[in-house]
Amino acid sequence: MLTLRRLNLDHFKSLLFGSRTRSGLLFTVLLYTLLIAIGFVYLYPLLFMFVTSLKSPSDLLNPMVQWVPTEFYIGNYEKAYRVLNYPVTLTTSILISVVPSLLQTFVASLVGYGLARYRFWGKNLVLLLILATFIIPPQNTVIPQMLAYKEQGLLGSPWALILPALLAQGYRSAIFILIFYQSFLSLPKVLEEAARLDGASDLRIFLTIAVPSAIPAFIVSFIFSVVWYWNETFLTSIFLEGGVTTLPMQLSRFVQAYENLYPPGTVNIFDRLNEAVKMSGTFLNIAPLLVMYFLLQRWFVESVERTGITGE
Amino acid sequence: MKILRRNFITLRLREALHGYSFIALWIVGFSLFTLFPLIETFRYSLHQVTVTAEGIRLDFVQWANYTRALFTDPNFIELVIGYAIETIVSVPIVLIFSMIIALFLNQNFKLKGLFRTIFFLPVVITSGPVIRELTAQGATSAPGIANIPAVAEFIAQLPRTLRNPVEYLLTSFILILWFSGVQILIYLSSLQKVDKSIYEAAAIDGASAWEAYWKITLPSLSTANLVNAIYTVITLSHFSENKVIQYVYNQTYAVQGGIGYASAMAFLYFAVMILLLGIVYLFLARQAKKERV
Repeated sequence: MLTLRRLNLDHFKSLLFGSRTRSGLLFTVLLYTLLIAIGFVYLYPLLFMFVTSLKSPSDLLNPMVQWVPTEFYIGNYEKAYRVLNYPVTLTTSILISVVPSLLQTFVASLVGYGLARYRFWGKNLVLLLILATFIIPPQNTVIPQMLAYKEQGLLGSPWALILPALLAQGYRSAIFILIFYQSFLSLPKVLEEAARLDGASDLRIFLTIAVPSAIPAFIVSFIFSVVWYWNETFLTSIFLEGGVTTLPMQLSRFVQAYENLYPPGTVNIFDRLNEAVKMSGTFLNIAPLLVMYFLLQRWFVESVERTGITGE
Repeated sequence: MKILRRNFITLRLREALHGYSFIALWIVGFSLFTLFPLIETFRYSLHQVTVTAEGIRLDFVQWANYTRALFTDPNFIELVIGYAIETIVSVPIVLIFSMIIALFLNQNFKLKGLFRTIFFLPVVITSGPVIRELTAQGATSAPGIANIPAVAEFIAQLPRTLRNPVEYLLTSFILILWFSGVQILIYLSSLQKVDKSIYEAAAIDGASAWEAYWKITLPSLSTANLVNAIYTVITLSHFSENKVIQYVYNQTYAVQGGIGYASAMAFLYFAVMILLLGIVYLFLARQAKKERV
């Protein structure tokens, strides 16, 4: 009887605190509690944004309404859609982020391949300078570029972003070059040597052997590049000012654009700019990225391990 | 013998030439879009730059722009000090937080994919204007904490030098955490490289999970620590909502400032950033080196 109770107690204890081989219930509960708590804090701004964007003007004034709006109100979205000039800015944003990303990814793979596969003088210097391009703040190089673009009449045109990407100096190109460098380093040399004996040229070897072997690196680089270009506002606001307008650029002059469409003196009190409309605009701004993220999230999270972004 | 040697040299030369042709685009791009503008910006910083209808005019003023930023301008130094303090405060928080999350995500549990999706989300959506809107609404402060009267009272009691970092911490807590996405991934991939058999050996020798963390896990993350710290400093320094960057940007177009003055400030800012990177490096590199040997 006593041993049985003892056994039960032991069993209970191991269930609660875990044993060497499996974690206990207590640990699991603690883990989930912490994860949910941190997850909530993490998502708090997003939840706040989404809930606020659905509030009608009367809900905003009502102090009782905190997290659950009294009605499903999409008027804010209609206004924000018009203020952001959504179809136009969305198309521009897609164009401005996808085209340089495609070029940047391909050029970065060329450079990474050259660095990983060939011995030549000054290679370490080049690697060092690539790191330096990552460190140098953009405002240390941006003014002469802007003046040069202005002289060439390229200021405000998408070429101002495409040209640097084409020459491996796009936004955060250094990271992508290093990703490709890492992934080509680990490629076995045997295949290339066989192809070379068969008389294939270097470019052909790169295109038919190296590129297919590094598909994960290409996908990861491309989607990170798109996201970073999309969210970049310092360079775009300087290079594209007065020309095309991206979605984040339009968001940063939201107040002004709103007052152009709905002059403060003429509209009734419910159509004045309020935080709900601003939050709707912000949400419209990140919505395409959210869609992309949920479609491709496997690539964002998992393949970073495979491509060795850590740079060790 | 001689022929062999010559052949060898031409082979090496051939290889080098092919290598250079692969990186040729980068060399052109680096000179055009980084090196030349950098030198040009430095040249501007030594001049008074006036933009006229037919081009720009340069008047040599020696170090006047620099001394103005350092000794005359009341805003610049204050903003730079604020930036340095904020960065120094943020880096350990980002590192500790992302390490904790990475340790969690390295466990096996249900819904792991969901939590991984959540913790990586900010990388995708963090952009200047979005952050500005959210901060303006007070959505980035740790929920509720900053509004508790006792906390406000406590902050008011602090000496001025301590008050700013603490206030920054409370009002931008979530924002700091939002900068941890890539760092979590870097930790996670380092954790997965640790040989599982080391843990088994330690467990057989009677080490608890606590001891295993301090003796095995933490040392094997020292390189990731360094990479992450440097990455954090750089992303925080380049972020377009950074107050110093905005000040420099506004001065570029200001009548009082102009391109020359903005260039000088850009270089001073760069120097401070290098200094911060140096501090971080000195702090973490020794550990990383010890581990590698």
